[in-house]
Formats: sequence, structure tokens, C-alpha cells
Amino acid sequence: MAEIVQITVNGATHRLSLEPDVPLLYLLRNDLGLNGPKFGCGLGQCGACTVLLGAEAVRSCVAPVGAIGDLPVTTLEGIGTAQNPHPLQRAFIAEQAAQCGYCINGMIMQAKALLDHKRDPSDADIRAALADNLCRCGTHHRIIRAVRRAAREMQS
Amino acid sequence: MTVGLTRRRFGQGLGAVVLAFSLRPGLAVAEGEHLPGSLDKNRALDGWIRIDRDGGVTVFAGKVELGQGILTALRQIAAEELDIDLERLRIVSGDTTQTPNEGFTSGSQSIEQSGAALRLAAAEARAILLDLAAARLGASAERLTVADGVISTPEGGRTSYWELVGPDTFRRDATARAAPKPADAHKLVGKSLQRIDIPAKVTGGAIYVQDMRLPGMLFGRVVRPPSYGARLLGIDEAAFRRMPGVVAIARDGSFLGVVAAREEQAIAVRNAMRDAARWQNGPALPDAARIHDHLKSLPARSEVISEKQGPVAAAVQGLSASYTRPYLAHASIGPSCALARSDGGRLDLWTHTQGVFPLRRDLAAALAMPEDRIAVHHVQGSGCYGQNGADDVALDAALLARAVPGRAVKVQWMRDDEFAWEPFGPAMGMSVSADLAADGGIVDWRYEVWSNTHSTRPGRPGGVALLAAWHLDRPLAPPPPEIIPRPSGGGDRNAIPLYDLPQQRVTHHFIPEMPLRVSALRTLGAFANVFAIESFMDELAAAAGADPVEFRIRHLRDGRARDVINAAAAKAGWKPGRHGDGTHGQGLGFARYKNHASYVAIIADVAVDRASGVIRLEKVVAAVDSGQIINPDGLANQIEGGIIQAASWTLKEQVGFDRKGITSRDWDSYPILRFTEVPEIAVELLDRPNEPPLGVGEAAGGPVAAAIANAVAQATGKRLRDLPLVPARVKAAFA
Ligand code: FES
Ligand code: FES
Repeated sequence: MAEIVQITVNGATHRLSLEPDVPLLYLLRNDLGLNGPKFGCGLGQCGACTVLLGAEAVRSCVAPVGAIGDLPVTTLEGIGTAQNPHPLQRAFIAEQAAQCGYCINGMIMQAKALLDHKRDPSDADIRAALADNLCRCGTHHRIIRAVRRAAREMQS
Repeated sequence: MTVGLTRRRFGQGLGAVVLAFSLRPGLAVAEGEHLPGSLDKNRALDGWIRIDRDGGVTVFAGKVELGQGILTALRQIAAEELDIDLERLRIVSGDTTQTPNEGFTSGSQSIEQSGAALRLAAAEARAILLDLAAARLGASAERLTVADGVISTPEGGRTSYWELVGPDTFRRDATARAAPKPADAHKLVGKSLQRIDIPAKVTGGAIYVQDMRLPGMLFGRVVRPPSYGARLLGIDEAAFRRMPGVVAIARDGSFLGVVAAREEQAIAVRNAMRDAARWQNGPALPDAARIHDHLKSLPARSEVISEKQGPVAAAVQGLSASYTRPYLAHASIGPSCALARSDGGRLDLWTHTQGVFPLRRDLAAALAMPEDRIAVHHVQGSGCYGQNGADDVALDAALLARAVPGRAVKVQWMRDDEFAWEPFGPAMGMSVSADLAADGGIVDWRYEVWSNTHSTRPGRPGGVALLAAWHLDRPLAPPPPEIIPRPSGGGDRNAIPLYDLPQQRVTHHFIPEMPLRVSALRTLGAFANVFAIESFMDELAAAAGADPVEFRIRHLRDGRARDVINAAAAKAGWKPGRHGDGTHGQGLGFARYKNHASYVAIIADVAVDRASGVIRLEKVVAAVDSGQIINPDGLANQIEGGIIQAASWTLKEQVGFDRKGITSRDWDSYPILRFTEVPEIAVELLDRPNEPPLGVGEAAGGPVAAAIANAVAQATGKRLRDLPLVPARVKAAFA
């Protein structure tokens, strides 16, 4: 049965009438019109749908809206915009870290969670943090460089 | 799609100042003369370029952005020849209502075809405008200069493209007679300009077809049969019509789909119908463990595609070996997606197809509509690397849209739809034997390759190439498979060695029957043929007691080929005569893609863990000659991506199937290379500013596979000839 779900996304609170088992991804994409989180597998395997729940990177394709509770959701749109990009977004542009770019939402959000608790990660830390985020275009090295660049920029 | 913002900076003169060359009059195109690139089949000059009233310029390309950066490169080329600032230039690509028909965006040919056409069209447009300016300003065209579309005389006379152009200025056939700029005059071409699509991609801009939202849009999903050839016996459609959000259930024969108000509702109904539907199974698939023997046992059309005979030194030893590659999936990260709206006998379709015109042809046939009632618009999707589900989901969306006239329907495949139903890159077998003379030279080479076709794309007569059409009540069969003509070839792509051999015989066995659905996957047959040829070159070098680098150079006359091999060897610190220590090894692989495109040499460093069977790919060095470089950073991005994808194919990938169907259905059953596994990569670009630019997206594939296998052989003394080089195979080699 549909319930009233109250949810805070990118700083704004929304009340929606939804089945509680609807995956968060569809609320974000279709009710709120956000583009950042992508459908990749719907199975929690690829990372394309990653968002932040509180400070944690989660797979929105397997997170039911009824289980979100009071934790705020942050999407790619919530960390910065084309006009005012987050250091990670700036770094991905500077390193030209995308081919098709479909995976990049997940890469940036997963990296954001990493940098939020580890300011100066090694390459091995970055690789480990992104190990469950898949990229088919082979953009891995640019992504690692972009995360490193963002870490540098955020420290200075 | 249209990209590129126009900033109104008219008259600021920030563009390059370049001396003008005018069109020489009286040079018409002779009857039957071919023009370069895609200009040949799309001659209308105004089909390529339009000077806009708002101070911008629009160029039209039939090629589309697949994440390879093509739109950025094409803008560089056009702005360069037109002498305008990049900000003024918009590009419209892949739209049956607006752009030239350039067939498919495939085969790393966009720069060669679209780039060549746009370069010549832009040079010609500029020359026409200069002739008009010369008349208006009373100066000879040779004395004019152009800066950002503003044309000036030394005496201070000024006019601009926007003042000069009239509605019919470009209404003429292109002649390709205006000479493009020489390389040393380039200001934009050759620069690592940032890609125009990346800012939106990293900030959540609406850039993918998945991100399109039309008013009143509904969501569709399709229930696919459990296996190839299965038939839908029955389903209680009425029960599903009552599920939440359902707007329509569409059934036509074995095609079954749902349209719902919300996406998760469509998915829920799709899953429920999948579980409830009763199917009659299709024919059993062949035994996966013996698939290569099975393929070779099927009827084949065999053709000797290269034969050379000459005086040779006496052979002192002979060698032979056989190699295989499995079926490979495109495995796009984003499953295929399309949006359709059917309204009053007209269909609009938004798709990430690689070819809007060929897709329109097949849609028209499948839907029994005239082509001119269908508009196909390209919008970016996830990277495709060949023919994935993009074209098929377009027909799915069209069929579901017809069930809800006037409403737009967005359909995205589920993960298992994509894995189970995309056309795979075909499994292949290769056998090669050769004789060596006393001096270690190759005196005879015999090569055979067995393969299905490597393209079953839409746009061909004699049937419909789109999945749903085969499942309709009155099914439309796919057209018969065809041999892709040489020199590019399909299964025989790169089957003819680039080496100069005194005697050779290369045979292509084309197998029409396709046990699994197959089509184009990045490199087509080149990946397997280069893997086999370059593995065997190392086997021969070892038999001849020669160093692999020296052995190849000895058999190559082509200077550009020798240069990339030497450059890679130097960059990788290649040491002739090095032996493996049982764990670490270094290997070389080389090819000129399609034997007429980019040259790539790869050197791979591996570490082999005999106990676990895991091959760790530590480093890959690439040397690349792709002629003139349009955008060095974009090129490097493409090469890096090609290397990682080929490494993934080589080390991990094969489509699983059993008698009942495809068993690779998610990322656990079809693993690909992860961040923790990607090698360090170093790319050296050899710029050839005076050679034509060549595509590079696919060129590294085969050399990577061979370099890895050769490195493993050097490390361990074990030659692995069957891809992928998964731990179980590696362990078995040491057992
Ligand atoms: S789409 Fe959520 S993990 Fe793949
Ligand atoms: S850039 Fe295409 S999947 Fe990562």
C-alpha cells in the first residue's frame, strides 16, 4: 500500500505518496527529475546508481524508500552544479575523466564518501574504494587521477 | 542531438587570422568521380553547413557521439577550416530529419569519413564566402584575411560570413576542390580541447536518452522469452491489466510488454508476467564446452583471401598451432534505452543507435510504415562498443508506444535483458602453420579462420534485424548473414598478416549458421586474428631462437610499423633475450588495424601466480601511429579505454550458456576488469601531421591480447592459446 514518504534530498524535504518498497533510484529519477543516479543493473552490482545516505555511499537501486528514514540523501546534483562544481566535478572535467560517462555518477559519489573520511588517499585506497564500481569504457586511470586531483584541491 | 552554445561575440575578432584561399572557378566534379569520405554520398553542401542568422554556424554530421569524443573532434575540424571561434559552432548529429546519412558510427571510421567530409565542406564554404567578400569589398580573394568569420582587406574593408550569406549560397553540390589548410596552419586541430559533453556528464545534466522526460511520459518494459526461439503459449493478460499503474499490456505473438505510469510498476508487472507466462522452449544450444568444434562442423563458405607464392629458401622446421576466442558481450554499463511517441500515423523515436537511417529502415519494415513517417533522433546512451541492444529497444519502444497513441513511452532494458539478448561478438577459431628457413626467416605461412558474420545490424534488405520483429505473431525473419567485404572484412579482419612473407595462404571459413545471436563488437574479427598471428609470431621467434622484436622487424618492410614496435620497445625498456623467472614476463603484440588504419604496438608486463592461476597485468605500454592527430588527449583516452577493455576480454570474459540458454545474466556471471585489476598504462603517440588522420578506438584490442599471452609464455614457458586466460585455464596449464 502507498504510504506518505518524507525524504530530504539535496537539502529539500519532499513528501510523496509511494509504496515503501520502491527503490530510491526511481523516486530520485522520476519523482524528483534528477539525472545523476543511473540505472545500471538494479542489483547492487555496478554502482551507477550511487548516492550518499548521510555520509555513506549507497546503491539507490536496492535501497527501498521506506528504509531511508531521516538520513539526508545527496545526489550528484547536490554536491555541485555546472556553474558551481564541486572539486570532484571540477577534477573530473580537468582530467577529462569520462568516455560515455554513464558510470561517472557512481565514481564521483563513491569518491566523495572516500574523501569525506580520508582526506589524502593513496592510489591503492582509491582503487579499493572504487573496486565495486564498474566502468566499461576503461576510463579507470583518469578517474583515479581525478580523485587524486580533487583530494589535493580540497586540502589546499 | 545538438550541442555547443553560441556566444554572441560577433566582431570581436578573437579567432585566428588566416590568409584566404579562394575557390578556383571552373573546377566541376567529373561524372562518376568519387569525393572523399562521406561527402561522396552526401554532396549537398548545405546538408553539412549552415551560417545562422544569430551569429552562429551549425554543422550537421551523420556520425554520433558514443562517448568517443567524436563531436568535439568534428567541431575542431569544422571551426578550423571555417576560421571561426569554437563557441560559435553548433553541431547537430544523427537525425533523420536534419543530418546527412553517414550510415553507422562504427569501425573507428568517423574521423576518416565524417571528418574528411566536414573538413572539405567547411573549406569549400569558406572559399565561397571569400569569393563573395572579394566581390563586395572590391579586393582579390588572395588579399583577404579571416578572423572568427570576419573578412578584412589590408585597407580596412570588412564584412562577415553573416552579412554575405544568402539562403542559396550553399545550395550546390560540394566539389571537394577547396584545399583544406595545411597542417602547419592549424590552430584548433591537434589541440587537446576539452570535450563538450563532459561537464553535463559529471554534474547530472540531462544528456542521455535515459534522462529524457516528455510530458505525460509512460514507462515500458518487455518480457523476453526464456531462450532463443522460445514461443509464448499463454498468459492471462487480463490479470496483469489490473496491477497497479498498468496503462496497457501489449501482446503480439511472443512479443509481450507492459506500459505503466511508473517505472517500478512496469518492472513489477514485467517480472510477474515473466514468472506466469508459459513458453514452449526453442531448440537446444550446442555444448558450450565444445563450441569451437561445433562451429567448425557447420557448413561454411570457404575462400582463400590471400595467396602468395614465390621462390623460398629451404624449410628446416615447421610449426603449427590453433587458437580460440569465446563469445564476448558488449556489456554496456547502462542497459539499452529508447523513447518513442506514436501520433496520427507518425512515429518519433529517440535512441542511442549507431545508425539512425539504417534503424529507420528496419523500423519501417517491422511496423509496416513508410520511412518518411518515422523520425529517428540520436541522443547519447551508455557506451556501446558495437551493436548492443540499442536498435532492438528502439523497436520495443515503438511497439509499446503504438499501444498508447499520443503518449511518449520510455523503455530501458533490464540488466538480464541486455546480457541475454544483446548480439555477442562471435566465437572464433584460428589455425596457423608456418615453415622456417635455416636463417630463421619465415618461408611459408598458412592461416585459417572460422567465424560467423560480424554484423547483423539493421538497414539490410531481405528481412528485419530487430529482435522484437522475430517474435511477432507474423514474424519477420532477420536478413541472411553476409560476409563483410574486404579490405576491412569481418571474421577475416586482420587475418592477412602485415608481415612480408614470401609464401602465404589465408583462408576465411564463413559460417552462416549462428547458434548464438551475434553482431559487431569493437574490432570485429581483428581481436582474435591478431591474437593468433601475434602469439604465433612469438612461437616462431622462439623456435628460431630470435628475439620477438627483432623477429618482427625482420619481416616488416613498412617503416611506420617498424617505428611503433621500436617506440614501444624503447618505452617499455625491452631487453632482447630476456627470459622469464617463472612469474614475471614481458610480451609484445603488434598490428595495423584493418591493415589500413592505425598502427599499434603493445608491450605487456605480467605476473603469474601459479597456485591461484591469476594473471596480474602489471603494466601496458602502447605506441600508436594514427596519422595526423586531431585531439591528442581524446586519442589517448580512446587508446587507454581500448587497452583496458581488451585486457578485460583477454583475462576474464566469456559469455556463458548451457543447452537451455544464456547463463551470463549479470555482473557476477559476466565479470569484467575492476579498479583493483587495471594495469598501469603508458601511451606514446607518434604524430604524423602530414598523414591522413585514422581512427584508433579499436586498434589496440588484438595487440593487447597477444602481448598478454606472450608475456605469460615468457614468464612461465607455457603457451596459452584459448581465450580468456582465466585462472582455471592457467592452473590447468601447470597441472
Ligand atoms: S544500478 Fe545500482 S548498483 Fe547497478
Ligand atoms: S565512462 Fe563509460 S562506463 Fe565508464
